[in-house]
Amino acid sequence: MTHTLGRPDFELIADWIEPGHRVLDLGCGDGTLLKHLIETRGVRGVGVEIDDANILAAIRNGINVIQGNLEKGLDEFADQAFDHVVLSRTLQTVRHTEGILREMLRVGREAVISFPNFAYWKNLRSVLDGQMPVSEDLPYQWYDSPNVRFFTLLDFEALCNKMGLIIRERHVLDEQGNIVENEANFLGSLAVYRLTCKR
Amino acid sequence: MPGQSVGAVESQRAHFDQPLHLRSGGILPAYDLVYETYGTLNAAKSNAILVCHALSGHHHVAGYYANQPDNIGWWDNIVGPGRPLDTDKFFIVGLNNLGGCHGSTGPSSINPATGKPWGSDFPIVAVNDWVHAQSRLADRLGIDSWAAVIGGSLGGMQALRWSITFPERVRNAIVIASAPKLSAQNIAFNDVARQAILTDPDFHGGNYYEHNTRPVRGLRLARMLGHITYLSDDQMGEKFGRELRNSAFSFGFDVEFEVESYLRYQGDKFAGYFDANTYLLMTKALDYFDPSREDNGELNATLARTKANFLIASFTTDWRFSPARSKEIVAALLANGRNVSYAEIDLNFGHDSFLMDDAHYHGVVDAYLRNIKL
Repeated sequence: MTHTLGRPDFELIADWIEPGHRVLDLGCGDGTLLKHLIETRGVRGVGVEIDDANILAAIRNGINVIQGNLEKGLDEFADQAFDHVVLSRTLQTVRHTEGILREMLRVGREAVISFPNFAYWKNLRSVLDGQMPVSEDLPYQWYDSPNVRFFTLLDFEALCNKMGLIIRERHVLDEQGNIVENEANFLGSLAVYRLTCKR
Repeated sequence: MPGQSVGAVESQRAHFDQPLHLRSGGILPAYDLVYETYGTLNAAKSNAILVCHALSGHHHVAGYYANQPDNIGWWDNIVGPGRPLDTDKFFIVGLNNLGGCHGSTGPSSINPATGKPWGSDFPIVAVNDWVHAQSRLADRLGIDSWAAVIGGSLGGMQALRWSITFPERVRNAIVIASAPKLSAQNIAFNDVARQAILTDPDFHGGNYYEHNTRPVRGLRLARMLGHITYLSDDQMGEKFGRELRNSAFSFGFDVEFEVESYLRYQGDKFAGYFDANTYLLMTKALDYFDPSREDNGELNATLARTKANFLIASFTTDWRFSPARSKEIVAALLANGRNVSYAEIDLNFGHDSFLMDDAHYHGVVDAYLRNIKL
């Protein structure tokens, strides 16, 4: 599997999105995913980003980007303003986990979430060997990591269940970006979910 | 500061005979607008940017005058070859609004009907009136649509108003350190400033020109008050702290603290060159600005009339027009599916940040303008 964006989760996310859809990308960085979706899928996109350098880069990329802090909610967006609200590799850095999930499904029909799986076997082995894991999907040392939540596919699905969120689809990838079919919680390094909720 | 100065510039004057019907009900039978341009209008006339000025601003946006090399335009740090408003690419227009005191028709101009200065007879002008007057200047210059209309504070309100009143004539609106309408606190500050002028014994009901005097004391107080609201507490603290001009308290009412000295200096300087009636008019234009009033206060409905793309920017330390006020505009534009980007810039200069030369702030404007297709 080749990854044109260098981000296998981006391509899975792109596959779920149809022309003309409205996409909100939370923590959009320099707007690479949105730019890709606009160019290849003809979506209408907006990003949210907190970091100054990323705001500058996203504007330079011609992306609509709103500077803001996800932890403070998404007040500037109306209910159901988007078809998809994307949060890629960011949920583990957010403190108000339930709050942001609720906000995503308030402003969007569907939430698309990717996150690193802490139960991935290499991560478990790292801990058994006595050290916190460092990998492509967890590329930080314990002392400089932006991650504040450490959870697994099973943990996430239990939270969705508790919150009444419906998992429409799930893809799990290994470190090479290949799809993992079996033993996902053990063999998967990164997971991508599509969520909706009852309305 | 990167890029270059536009160099020596000259202002121009345009006379308009077609009467302008004002929102206040008044009519200006004829008027002049003084303006400056920088860069070259391209053959398609598609590269023009209008720069709208704030409360005490005017047409001299960039460069300097050949006979006054120290008289540098108020936004020179952002306009010039290689600067964000790049005069190698864009044709920039700055003007002095109606009611001003830098050449455009205002209270200190001669009223042709009386042969005397307009004074208190000058009609109240609203932001929308300025936008209409500016559109006539655009007609005169052959500009059907602006590549961008940009402004900070009251200038940002003009950019927003342009996008509502003339949606076909604005391709991009850049609204900086602004608000969709003033808060009660904003209006309160403005009224204290006006009261300082109106109660000055030299005001003479606005006809002080005939008395060969000016309400300098009131204007000075108005500016001192305004200045406090334009800065941030942190910045004043950093700049002045509680420094005394002499080492000990003098237990009197003369200038003791450095901040007092600074404010009095700024007040005196301003009162020396600005017209009090213009200050009254400009603050009223601020107070009245509320385009959503036409839609029962529904800003979403008002901004549904726009077609432009938008860049909205605010400053973290601006408590006069706080980031939350800019986000009201952002939310209404998003609700209408407009292309909008919003930057909340961490700068320490309070409301005045929009005039400052900051690499990130100017980088944002530069990045946005570079993507504009001409």
